[in-house]
Amino acid sequence: MKRFLGFVKKEFLHIFRDYRTLIIIFGIPAAQILIFGFVVRTDIKDAGVAVLDLSHDEITQRLTNKIFSSGFFVNDGNLLNYNDIDVTFKKGNTKAIFVFEENFGSNLYRKGRASMSIIADGSEPNVATLITNYTTAIVNDFNRELNKDAVNSVLLIQPEVKMFYNPELKSHFMFVPGVITLILILICALMTSVTITREKEFGTMEVLLVSPLKPLQIILGKVTPYFLLSFINITLILILSWIVFGLPIKGSVVLLLFESMLYILMSLSLGILISTISKTMQQAIFISFLGLMLPTIILSGFIFPIENMPKVYEIVSKIIPPSYFITIIKGIMIKGTGITFVWKETLVILFMTLLFIGLSVRKFKIRLQ
Amino acid sequence: MTRNTVISVKDLVKRFGSFTANDNLNFEVYEGEIFGFLGANGAGKTTAIRILSGLSRPTSGKATVAGFDAGTQPEKIKKNIGYMCQKFSLYEDLTVRENIILYGVIYGMKLPALKQRIRQLLEKLKFEEYENRIISDLPLGLRQKLAFTIAVLHEPRIVFLDEPTGGVDPITRRQFWEMIYETAAMNITVFVTTHYMDEAEYCDRVSIMSEGKIVALDTPAELKRQYNAESVEEVFVKIARPPTPSRPAVGTGSKGGLKPEPDTTGKI
Repeated sequence: MKRFLGFVKKEFLHIFRDYRTLIIIFGIPAAQILIFGFVVRTDIKDAGVAVLDLSHDEITQRLTNKIFSSGFFVNDGNLLNYNDIDVTFKKGNTKAIFVFEENFGSNLYRKGRASMSIIADGSEPNVATLITNYTTAIVNDFNRELNKDAVNSVLLIQPEVKMFYNPELKSHFMFVPGVITLILILICALMTSVTITREKEFGTMEVLLVSPLKPLQIILGKVTPYFLLSFINITLILILSWIVFGLPIKGSVVLLLFESMLYILMSLSLGILISTISKTMQQAIFISFLGLMLPTIILSGFIFPIENMPKVYEIVSKIIPPSYFITIIKGIMIKGTGITFVWKETLVILFMTLLFIGLSVRKFKIRLQ
Repeated sequence: MTRNTVISVKDLVKRFGSFTANDNLNFEVYEGEIFGFLGANGAGKTTAIRILSGLSRPTSGKATVAGFDAGTQPEKIKKNIGYMCQKFSLYEDLTVRENIILYGVIYGMKLPALKQRIRQLLEKLKFEEYENRIISDLPLGLRQKLAFTIAVLHEPRIVFLDEPTGGVDPITRRQFWEMIYETAAMNITVFVTTHYMDEAEYCDRVSIMSEGKIVALDTPAELKRQYNAESVEEVFVKIARPPTPSRPAVGTGSKGGLKPEPDTTGKI
């Protein structure tokens, strides 16, 4: 045990002596949370919007003026018919288009209600949501003004929101679970594989293997510090996102931390597996980045919804572990689900952990025979 | 000789698939002896050392090291040996002191004893000023000496040195061999491989391997007499015939153009 602790201490010395490692472990997560968070929180100002006014009456004129005088939008042109909508969006400047139905004013006074459409460019979900929210608020305000003048009847303009390109706006608030998923697999798998291959490259691994330390102790000794640091890290990310963005954890914190630990273990064993197949640190970094980072970002449902992907990618996303963890962590943090809803994903991650450990042990034994 | 035997190898065979790396090795090494283990790259030296140091198991035959069987008791062997390999084996980002403490603790030394030992060692090596410097600040010669010191820190019965003087200047090599002599005088057996044939002359006995077999084993003087040679280098060139005729001279320390030994080292 003393041997083991001495070895773990050495591993911590490596980490704390190399400021780059510390930056990767603590700097990148914080930066990512803040950058993503900043993007989400951006207030809209001078967003380009266009108007398709099929009615051209006094009411639509008043409403249009009110919208543009709010300071959030700039007029990006007036459209003549529905066919212009797609073309206008594709030019890229216009973030949303307001459509007033024909006979808007007379409908409003005769039937008591008129409808307008707010069509937003869903390819930028955050901007789109903000624009629709702002506009809806402005229209509601306008409704109240109208009803102050009208004596008897209730007049109502009904804004109807449509999202182009990405109707469900999946990525809202997804960034914290996504960053956690990404950071954990990055730190655990990348760092362990690099630190183990480093010992191989410098020849120290041979000396360790010849020493009375058992191979299992060596591996555990290399992995323990990263397990602890990752755990501290996830706690910090959660606290940071709670303080800065007020993102609550709706489900059980204990369950969340437990699932995270399992995921950390899975990532660590994946890192060990990578280290058994790579000879140099560069190779390990290459495999980790290409094999883990990119799929995690692209295929785990972190940024792009899996449902919208071609079948092939959907299958790939079923193979990579982060997709399962993202489902779990999203469920617990945002929806507040319990273990009864995520046990299947938990089992998958558990199975993958065992698989990676099994494969590593087998590779290891072949080398030692 | 009436000395105690610390390594005894009998009919040792190691195969990797159809390739026989060690073909029926038989030899003994005595306590306190400096045993030179020579051979061209690819001759099977590293494989044999890996078996003797408990990293690899023999396919057949028996190897006993410090009284323990290499096939069944590798863990016990590991506690009784020291090891220094051709690749550099200290942690470059740790200080001299941290490196010594790490290996001391790994080999089960108690801290107070270890601290006292560190003081002695640093004094002896005139290393005091380097105690808290990180290894990468040290010149190669000093690192090599330190690596050797660490390999015998726990006073093992045998120390394996796998090409310990590669890339070191002649003066440091000289000093390094003085350390080897001192170690042997403490009754620690030194098992050393080298490509420098002048170093082979310093050994008590020398074995020469070729294509998995030991083709010669005796004192340097006796070998020179048998092969009617001026130096061990000449003996080596005469008997360790390389597999390809166009190889550059072996024994100059240059590895250029030589077929690499199957790389079975340091993998986990």
